[in-house]
Amino acid sequence: MNNAVPFEWIAAVRFLREGRLQTAFIILGITIGVAVIVFMSALLSGLQVNFLDRVLTSSAQIQLLPLDQVARPLFASDDVIEDATVQRPTQRIVSINQWQKVRDRVAQMPGVLNAAPTMLGSALVTRGDASRAVRVSGVEPESYFPIIRIPDFLTEGKATLANDEIILGTDLATNLGASLGDTVNVRAASGNSVILRITGLFDLGNKAANESVSYVALRTAQSLLGQAGAVTTIEVKIADVYAAERLAQQIAAANPVKAESWIATNAQFFTAIRAQQSSNTLIRAFVGLSVAFGIAAVLVVSVIQRSKDIGILRAMGTTRGQILRIFLIQGGLLGLAGAIIGCLVGAGGLIWYHSLIRQADGSELFPLLLERQMFIVTLGLATITGLLSATAPALRAAKLDPVDAIRG
Amino acid sequence: MHLEGIRRSYNIGLPSEIEILHGIDLDLHRGEFLALMGASGSGKSTLLNIIGLLDRPTAGHVFINGIDTASLDDSAITRLRGHAIGFVFQEHHLISAFTALENVMMPMIVDRNGGSDAIRARALGLLAKMGLAHVGDNMSSNMSGGEQQRVAIARALAMQASLILADEPTGNLDSQSADNVFDFMRQLNRDEGTCFLIVTHNLELAQKCDRIITMADGAITPA
Repeated sequence: MNNAVPFEWIAAVRFLREGRLQTAFIILGITIGVAVIVFMSALLSGLQVNFLDRVLTSSAQIQLLPLDQVARPLFASDDVIEDATVQRPTQRIVSINQWQKVRDRVAQMPGVLNAAPTMLGSALVTRGDASRAVRVSGVEPESYFPIIRIPDFLTEGKATLANDEIILGTDLATNLGASLGDTVNVRAASGNSVILRITGLFDLGNKAANESVSYVALRTAQSLLGQAGAVTTIEVKIADVYAAERLAQQIAAANPVKAESWIATNAQFFTAIRAQQSSNTLIRAFVGLSVAFGIAAVLVVSVIQRSKDIGILRAMGTTRGQILRIFLIQGGLLGLAGAIIGCLVGAGGLIWYHSLIRQADGSELFPLLLERQMFIVTLGLATITGLLSATAPALRAAKLDPVDAIRG
Repeated sequence: MHLEGIRRSYNIGLPSEIEILHGIDLDLHRGEFLALMGASGSGKSTLLNIIGLLDRPTAGHVFINGIDTASLDDSAITRLRGHAIGFVFQEHHLISAFTALENVMMPMIVDRNGGSDAIRARALGLLAKMGLAHVGDNMSSNMSGGEQQRVAIARALAMQASLILADEPTGNLDSQSADNVFDFMRQLNRDEGTCFLIVTHNLELAQKCDRIITMADGAITPA
């Protein structure tokens, strides 16, 4: 016994050590609780990142579009509208007004990482007898590919786009019977057509996208769709994906564009993420509560079992504060010990599960996210939970009357 | 120590209110070796608890070295108790999570009284004085009743208390061990000048004391 260590710590550790079985069981309980929390949190974070990745692979976090074309009613006089009905006009392909200015202004906004102009339209790709309707995206590779990471999904070729080049989805190429280096004829509804050489094939992990998406140079798309100098969308990448809706509203308020965030366009998916987060929080709270009650129950029993010891300690000059701290320290130590083992078990379980569960193509179902911060927070919370749950038994111990305690 | 008009009641204000001690006056002097006798329920333990500052009287005053303990708060009382008074109980009440040596060191560790080496040396010295140098590393469950009680006495002496209160310290021991423990306390009283107040039902042992205080119905009966 060393005088350099406060007596409360010595007594707390000795009491825990003496009640080995009790201590082992409660640590096991905390371990299971913490392991569940770590496993679930890391698993859900991984799945969430995976889902986000999938959603944001082929679409930007914020898309800026031209304002809707609205038909104005014909007035007979100041207050009298002459038309019986106002027909909704067809939405022609139009350019974003002064798109260069809009792009530059948006790119400089705090939280915005990148803004890329694109020209979107429909076309028919033919090769020999085969033809398929596709969505043509005219892009500037240097600004667009950092947002939509097509180069990461290339299965063949390279992600360059000269004016006579095109990048296709793998399924589209298969349907056309085309390979890397082959040429295809691309014809727009306007009648313009162009022959382009396939320089890359990509697989977005989504058959529908792989069958219908193609990328060409911005100038090529503008010329094909008959919109020289125009862009139909500006794709925006931001630092915090969850701030997309707020930033979209700010952009729309300050510019003559319609801004759509991925949150608004994937409302159902986003709601699912939120629901997942809420259920995870609830599970964590209930597991935390059960751990807290477990610690409290064990310490209440310990206080009863040790009432004579407490009485003797009080008789020999131990203050109420020291008695209080002895039991608080026990609670904190139980929480911390259970959390350390629980973190290891939870992380180990997740690593095992990650290696076991794979997608049909053999790739990982979710990325393994074991962040240091999660472990620090878990350890901290478990220790605080231990301290808090020890408060009631500790107060009870500190309030014990020494005479009654010694008498038992 | 001076006790003046000590009264102790329980269930105060209730119909079941009962007064256990009825105005006790008592003086304890340094170096005395006293026996406290009386029938069960006469108030011996209640008086011992009040003298030991484990309990407070309903009325009256306890003076230690001239200080009225009624004016002290709980932490000051605890400190004073830790320094001035040692306890030996009928059951040894050693703390089972610690070894014999650690039990003796404990009051000094609680009080952070000196360095680890000095505390250890004093505890070893006390155990040696009790003839228990060989049981220092033993847990209480591995010692005989007599050994446990002698360790408890060593613990009571650790803080060099001027008063040791012993509540039937030999009550659970065989006669041989009881005589040994009693003789040992007597020896300490002579060597160290420590005042002992021993509650006992054993008249033979009580007659070996300097003075016998007899209690009946919550009061001290005249000698």
